[in-house]
Order: sequence, then C-alpha cells, then structure tokens
Amino acid sequence: MEAATVPAGPAVRGDRLKAFIGTYGLIAVLLALPVYFAIYDLVNDGDLTRIGNNLVDGISNGAIWALVAIGYTLVYGIVELINFAHGEVFMIGSFIAASMFTTFGLTEDTSVLPLAIALLVIIVICMFGSGILNTMIERVGYRPLRNAPKLAPLITAVGFSFILQNVGLLWRGGSQEGIPDLIRSQHEVFSIAGVEITNGDLLSILVTIPLLLLMTAFIGRSRLGKAMRATAQDPEAARLMGINVDTTISMTFLLGGMLAGAAGLIYALYQTTIWYFQGFTAGLIAFTAAVMGGIGNIKGAVLGGFIIGFIQQLSDNRDELFGFFPLGSAWTPAVVFAYLILIMVFKPSGLLGEQTRDAG
Amino acid sequence: MSATAEATAGPRSEAARGWSLPPWWEKALFPLFILAAILFPFFFDSGGSVMGTATLALAYCVMALGLNIIVGFAGLLDLGFVAFFAIGAYVMGWFGSLFFAEINDEKGIHILTAGRASELPGIHMNFILVLVCAVIATTIAGMLIGLPTLRLRGDYIAIVTLAFGEIIGRIAINGDALKIAGQPLTAGRQGITPVDKIDLPFLEPFTSLELRPWYWMALALVAVALGVSFALRNSRLGRAWIALREDEVAAVAMGVPAVKTKLLAYGTGAAFGGMSGAFLGSFNNTVNADQFQFYFSILILGMVILGGLGSIWGVVLGAIVLTTINFYLIPDVFNSIPSKLGFDFDTTQITFAIYGFLLVIMMIIRPEGLIPERRRKQELHDESEDALVAQAP
Repeated sequence: MEAATVPAGPAVRGDRLKAFIGTYGLIAVLLALPVYFAIYDLVNDGDLTRIGNNLVDGISNGAIWALVAIGYTLVYGIVELINFAHGEVFMIGSFIAASMFTTFGLTEDTSVLPLAIALLVIIVICMFGSGILNTMIERVGYRPLRNAPKLAPLITAVGFSFILQNVGLLWRGGSQEGIPDLIRSQHEVFSIAGVEITNGDLLSILVTIPLLLLMTAFIGRSRLGKAMRATAQDPEAARLMGINVDTTISMTFLLGGMLAGAAGLIYALYQTTIWYFQGFTAGLIAFTAAVMGGIGNIKGAVLGGFIIGFIQQLSDNRDELFGFFPLGSAWTPAVVFAYLILIMVFKPSGLLGEQTRDAG
Repeated sequence: MSATAEATAGPRSEAARGWSLPPWWEKALFPLFILAAILFPFFFDSGGSVMGTATLALAYCVMALGLNIIVGFAGLLDLGFVAFFAIGAYVMGWFGSLFFAEINDEKGIHILTAGRASELPGIHMNFILVLVCAVIATTIAGMLIGLPTLRLRGDYIAIVTLAFGEIIGRIAINGDALKIAGQPLTAGRQGITPVDKIDLPFLEPFTSLELRPWYWMALALVAVALGVSFALRNSRLGRAWIALREDEVAAVAMGVPAVKTKLLAYGTGAAFGGMSGAFLGSFNNTVNADQFQFYFSILILGMVILGGLGSIWGVVLGAIVLTTINFYLIPDVFNSIPSKLGFDFDTTQITFAIYGFLLVIMMIIRPEGLIPERRRKQELHDESEDALVAQAP
C-alpha cells in the first residue's frame, strides 16, 4: 500500500549517477523486447499488426493477473506475508463460476441480456465465495501465527494451497476441463488497423477497469481503507488509535479474495478451460507482477500485471530473440522471470515501490 | 526491533524461560546421533521401503542444512533452492552416464572408474570427483544467483531466487532442444537414465537392491554438512551472518563486509544442495526435468522452517519428519488404513490435502519450529512480552 512507504532520505551526490543509470537502464530493459519485435514486424510484415495483436491480448491477460496481484500486494502490505494460497483462491473462484454456469443453465446459445444479468449475479457470488474463503484461511491459518516468526505463516499458506488444490482435484477432476464458451470469447467485435478486439478482450477490460477504480477509491477514501493504510504503516500505533487491527486485516483478505474471485470468473470466460492446477501458475505470475511493480503498491501490481501479460504474449507468439535466444510458450516462464530479475537489478524496490517498513 | 530485543534480553528472559538444556547439548548430540544413525539399518530390511525413505531423508537433510545456512543463519529467504539440486544432479548426469554417447569417437572418457562403467561410451567419472565438480559448480552458481540480490531487501530476495529456480527448471525441461556443439544440454522430461551407481575406491560398487551402502553414503554427507554447520555457526563468518540477519545497517556500520558475507552464505548453502543433488541423481538413477519443480524448494524450506530456522538439530528433525510424512507415512501407512478398517475409500485422492493439513497443524502448534534456535526463542519471548505491554489498557 502506498502509505506503507516512507520517504527516501535526501539523495547524496554519488547516488545521482546510480539513479540515472537505474532509470535509463530500466527503461532500456522494459523497452528491449517490444521495440525489437516492433522493428522486426516492420521489416518483415511492413506493419505493426502482429505486435498490436500481442499488445491487446497481453492487456486482457494482464488484467486478470493484475486482479490477482492486487490480492498479493494488499496482503503483503498489511501483514508482510507472501500468501501462497492466493492463487488457489483464484482457482476456486473459477470453479465456482463454472458450477454456476451449469446451475443457471447458461449455454453458448443464451442471448445477451439474460446472459449479462446472470453473469452479474455470478460475479457477485464468485467474489463473495473467494473473499470469504480467503478470510477463513486468514482466521484459521495466519491469525494464530501473528506473533510467530515471520516465515511460519508462509508454511501454513503452502499447506492451505495444497488443501485447496486437493479440493479442486476432487471437485472437477484432475484434467483440464473445457467449459461452455458463453461470451464467444474469440469472436471479433471490431478491429483497428488490423488489430482485432475480441469479446474476451472487451469483457476483461470492462470488468477489470471499474473494479480497479473502485478499489483505489475504496482504499483512498473510505474509513476502512484508511484503517488498512494505517495498519500497514504501523499496526501497534493503529491499535493505539482505536483501529481494530484484526477486523482490518480480515477485511483486507476479504477484498483480496473478492478480486481473485472476479479474476477467476473472467479467466473462466476468457480461456474457457479450467483445472485445479491453474491457481499455481497464476499465483506465481501474479506474485511476480506484484513484486515487479513494487510489493505493497496497488498501482505497481496493476502495472506489473499488464507488463507480464504483454511479455507472455510476445514470448508465446515468437520463435527466437536476437537470432539466438529461443522463445515460444515453452520458454515463456523463463522469459518472464528473466525480465523480473533485470528489473530488480535496475530498480531493487520494484517499478513503483519505495522503501518499505521492512527496510527501515 | 529484534536487535534491541536481543540487547535487552539476558538474565531476565533466561530465568523466565523456566527450563533449558545446557548450551553444549547440541554438540554432545552429534556423536550420539551419528552412532545411532550408523546402527539404524541393521534393524530393517536392506532393500525395503524403510531404507529407501531413510536414505532420502538423509539426502534431504543435507539440502535442508544447506538452505538453513542461507535462510536460517544469514536470513536471506531463498525460494529457488531447487536450482542447486538441479545443477548437482545434472553434473552427476553429465559426468556419470551414457548421455554424451558420441564423445571421443563413441569410446567415452573415463576418469578413475572401475568395472562396467569403464567400458561404456559417454563420460564416466569416479563419484568422489563428480561430488567435487558438483560442489564447485553449485558454489559458483550460488554466488552468481546471489549477485543480483545484494541490493535487495526482505522478500524481494525471495522472488529473485525463485525466478532463478524457475529459469533453471525451464532450461532443464527445454534443454533437449538447446544444442551446444551439437549436443543437447539436458534430456528434458525423458531424463538422463541410467546414471552410474556410486563406486567408491576399496568398496564394492553400489547396487539398487542393497540400500544400506547408499544410506551410509548419505549419512557421511550429513556428517559433513553437520560438521560444517557447527563449525561455521560460531565462527567469525557465522557471527557475521547472524549480525547481517538481525540488522544489516548496524552490521555494515560495525565493519561486516556485506557483499562477501552474503555471497559466502549463498555459496556454502548451494554447495550442500549440489552435493546432495549429485547423490540423488545416482540414487534415483535418473536426472529428470520433472524433479526440478518449485515445490521442491518449498519442501526443503518447509523442513527448515518446521524444524526451527537456524537451529541445526531442528532442521535435521524437520527433514526427517517431512520426508517420513511425504514418502512413507502418507503413501505406505496412511493409504492402507481404510482397507484395514473395512472401508471402501480411496485415500490416494486426498494425499495432498493430508499433507497440507499436517503442515498447517504442525505450524500452528509449534510456530517457532520443532527445536527453536536459542537466540530466536529469546527474541520471540521478548517480543510477545512487548506485545502484551502494548495491548494493556
């Protein structure tokens, strides 16, 4: 959370050079892949359609990662815990969505208006399902360990992650499962200069952006949001000021879980395949996004999500980089993590992060 | 906060804890443990699953002791320990199998090998040499992985090490397509198999039917890891690690060289990972990319945290407990319970959940670990007192 940061001390002269290298090195790293492939496309295809399509797909995938990443970042900001079970909460969100599709009798033939109403109801169910699940995990697994060594809750988080994976396995079986493509996710709505915008892209953006705005407003303006920021900054002082720290932490987990639930629904609609292991991959990617943006910082998590979504699309759809690095979907995780390491080298506190409480 | 708690601890908290073993118990336990462990195999069938699990437990013990140096002593949260397992195992795979079959006109390269291995194509080296190579390779890898984390703090270190672990895992999976001078780097998911059995000078070559020699070999590695851990913990370097862990700024101000100290922690910890990795490559008889998943790092970290961060005997116990649960209790004992009781219920479907449940329960019952490190116990005690004061009206 922004409030968890403390202003950096006055810059010493030697640090300016470092900051200069840091900033421009960072920009060079961030732009390396996109610029290379933009030139590559211009030379080979004569236009930027291919990279444009990558960008659009990247943004809609990135929106899902962003929603999950916020859950990581909120929780980390307030209790300094890497919540490994968060990816599984997202997976359960997808599973609730898929079950609700059957319950509501939705098929590919359902017409737009009933579908939209049903989806609105389902997204609320998914959000509360995942949110309450996340709160329960906090209550059972993390709260008893509030005064324990910092790494102890990490292991209970892993424990819950195993338990939830097993729940998913028993719920819908161990293989990837196709679900009805309700919104005809790959159907083109319109195209700009050859760049296709599909139903899926539209849905992902239309759900994510309002949620993000709502979240930022909530944390910035509401009483509870203020309490969250205060607790993130200093739990002891917050308690002395009359803030109920336990409730605030529970609410943070609820919020994070709700966003993961929404992301689960969008994922189910967009990808149309779900399986019990999706949460693991998503969790890892979202955690990476949160760190890339500066952990504890909500805008950073969103930025990180979009960047990773874009890199994934670039890497998935290309064969090689600079003529010798192999790319393609088999190498995508390695590319994403290499990017993360480079960003960390140039900006050790993440893209938008500042010094955290931990550093003080 | 912890540093001040440390300073103000002392006689008061010493008395408040009520009971405690004398400080020399840790070293006194060392010969007893080794002796008991040497005698252990004589009570069990040499080819049975108990011996297999026990050997695995010891090999994981070495890994956990290595990770304990990085996370427990130096306080650098490493989520990518699997990288060192992978590198150690691949060194074993490269230098002890038919993998490079075309090398030297299909005659192979043989260094100090005896018996069957010295007639096969591919590179074959004596296990001791492989072990040395694995240690060198992983030490270098550990320091290289440590380099970008030097400027990072707290959990940023965790994600960068995780990233390295995942990259190495990806290289292992896709390495069959990575050709260096016409040779693939790894055998991907198919795995490099078979791998040479350990063949020590003056001893019969190991076989897969007779597990006792493997067990004793692993025990020897554990003894080395234990010895190094004890020797380092109270050394100048060990104290520097603890100082950095407690308060980096203060430690640097006192003249602790942060870069060197941190890199040595990564290097030492990684070396143990590589040692055990080479052993496991030979013991499992395959070096398979699917072994090098993120969950392996978490398994080893679980051993360290469950046992007690920084506590050497705690980590040993943690490794034994988690390996037993994972490879013996759940697959062998637990899954036979329903049929014994006459229920028709397939427990193999919920092994994950059982394992997760046990992790949660054990952590909640003993949050500071099975055998907490003395120093941390004092801190915890002190902090909980602080919290009580803060809560008082």
